Amino acid sequence: MQQLEIKNLSAAIGGNPIIRELNLSVAAGEVHAIMGPNGSGKSTLAKVIAGHPDYEVGGGEVLMDGENILELEPDERARKGIFMAFQYPSEVPGVTIANFLRAAVQARLPEGEELEATEYYARLYEKMDQLEIPRAFTSRAVNEGFSGGEKKRCEILQMAMVEPRYAILDETDSGLDIDALKIVANGVNALRSPARGMLLITHYQRLLNYIVPDFVHVMVQGRIVRSGGKDLALELEEKGYDWIREHAAEPAIA
Amino acid sequence: MNNDTALLEPVKEQRTRTASLLYSFGEGKDLPAWFREQQRAGWAEFQKLPPPSRKDQAWRFANVDALKLDQYIRTSELSDKQRGELLDRSTALAESAARLVFANDQLLERDVIADSLRGHGVIFQPLERAITEYENLVRPNFMAEPPTLGSARFAALHRAFVCAGAFLYVPRGVEIELPIEVFHWLATPNAAVFPHLLLVAGEMSKVTVIEHFRSLRDQPGFACGVNDLIVGPGANVRYICVQDWSEEVVTVQVNSTRVERDGSAMSLNANLGALYSRLESRSRLVGEGARSDMLAIGIATGRREFDARTLQDHECPHTTSDLLYKNALNDSARTTFGGLIRVEPHAHFTDAYQTVRNLLLSDDAEANSMPGLEILADNVKCSHGATSGQIDEEEMFYLLARGIPPNVARQLVTAGFLDEAIARLSHEQIGEYLRRSIARSL
Repeated sequence: MQQLEIKNLSAAIGGNPIIRELNLSVAAGEVHAIMGPNGSGKSTLAKVIAGHPDYEVGGGEVLMDGENILELEPDERARKGIFMAFQYPSEVPGVTIANFLRAAVQARLPEGEELEATEYYARLYEKMDQLEIPRAFTSRAVNEGFSGGEKKRCEILQMAMVEPRYAILDETDSGLDIDALKIVANGVNALRSPARGMLLITHYQRLLNYIVPDFVHVMVQGRIVRSGGKDLALELEEKGYDWIREHAAEPAIA
Repeated sequence: MNNDTALLEPVKEQRTRTASLLYSFGEGKDLPAWFREQQRAGWAEFQKLPPPSRKDQAWRFANVDALKLDQYIRTSELSDKQRGELLDRSTALAESAARLVFANDQLLERDVIADSLRGHGVIFQPLERAITEYENLVRPNFMAEPPTLGSARFAALHRAFVCAGAFLYVPRGVEIELPIEVFHWLATPNAAVFPHLLLVAGEMSKVTVIEHFRSLRDQPGFACGVNDLIVGPGANVRYICVQDWSEEVVTVQVNSTRVERDGSAMSLNANLGALYSRLESRSRLVGEGARSDMLAIGIATGRREFDARTLQDHECPHTTSDLLYKNALNDSARTTFGGLIRVEPHAHFTDAYQTVRNLLLSDDAEANSMPGLEILADNVKCSHGATSGQIDEEEMFYLLARGIPPNVARQLVTAGFLDEAIARLSHEQIGEYLRRSIARSL
């Protein structure tokens, strides 16, 4: 089956365990949301899947279409089809969006094949137009001096350009006003596809009004404690995370 | 036939030989007496001054052993094949207003300046011609600023041997849109060259000059250059030097810039090549409203050493200088920066900034910075700072997470780091040329 499968994953930073034997499967074509209180390990999960060097994997597997990607370098994972939209995207001074994305797209071409510049720019402009990013941004340095909303739109632009198999969007809604949120959500929805799985990580239900997930999971203390359909998010919004904490003993469905 | 001459042969030989070498320079050409006197004085001074020592603050941290000159020769032999190849490769910008190409200090080609500009009094000539034809303009300005940053000995050697280079005069109010290009090549093993540029920009004139220093082959050589920029009232001068000598070349480049009232100078020195590159750059701000932007970028790889010494000399109130030097260091490369901002007692309302940034890409690379301030006036805004650091790990992870391989990611980040200085030039065509040159060097 085409899926991103997280099996019994445990991870720590500086010796402190964050992810505890977590299990989750995202099939191609599905959109899953992970909600949870601050400190539950949501962002850590995203970074561990992407291969951030600060995290130590204590056990378990992350299988992409059956292949364990935990042995791969971060750039190899990305070229195989993993994409993480960062909660706090880095600034890359002096490197323009056009050159940055060009390098990312070029890296996915077979060896010896050169990117065709005209086609590349045509595609870049098309995606920028969809995300209502002014074309002048192509010559601006990546994320340098960007507003919160511009950074998040830029993350979705990158996702659109590299066309990942599985995308993990870490708090893509944070710091966005309602107009920016709609633009970003439209961009994400446009990328929903039977060939692509998505995992949305969010603290608030609000995002899920605009990107309607197929499944919702609740994460507490490094584990998925509850799973359900999109209504689970509404229930959570209404009752708050304390409700989950009290019922954390209940077995998860997933 | 071979008429190579060991550069320092006269030192060891008889005094008569010395004289004959100097007089034989420009054989068959009529050099004016004043210029011959310059040569004689230069040679005498060179002999008098001691070689640099690290005990001297001006040469602290410098690998002074690299500056032994015994192996270098002045040579005039170039084959037709070499000339052809040199001319083929003397390309850089797509468009320029005029061009001079020198190899081993000989003029190979000149693309003359447009008649319209000549009609307005613009002079762009090989130095050798200018010293005769435009003595009234050249003589008072020729090496008129004494070198004060340590290389007096090399400036003296330059004065003794200079024959190649350009004289550019832009009269009052004339603006030259396209850049003017000068190429200097080291074409044969152990060749010594003495590139010279004298630029006199009249009141309210505007001009951009770019010098290209290149080697025909990977072979040792010695380049001892001087460029003097004289920026008249309200004039706007941009000067770019792309130092791309082969990695066995030793070079000393001495710049002096004088900016008069409301004039503006912007220089960018790109150090891409050479084994040891010494750059001395001095800006004198001598009139109110004068401004000098001093930019440099360096890609120090292998065993390269870039040694820069600068002086921002504020001699008048309401003047501005802004220095930004950025180096990317890899392998066991070394860089040294020694810079001083000096604000003379009456130079109130000075704005002076000095920023040095080093990006360390290897644990064995070494960056030394010695920033300095000497402020004798009140009411000044001055800042200086030097930092050295590695690529930010989060930034690196960000690029990797986009599938960009580590080596490409490092190149991108390094080019981006250097781009700040290029962006300050605000010259699209030259900016693109520099970016391409950097991409090739990384």
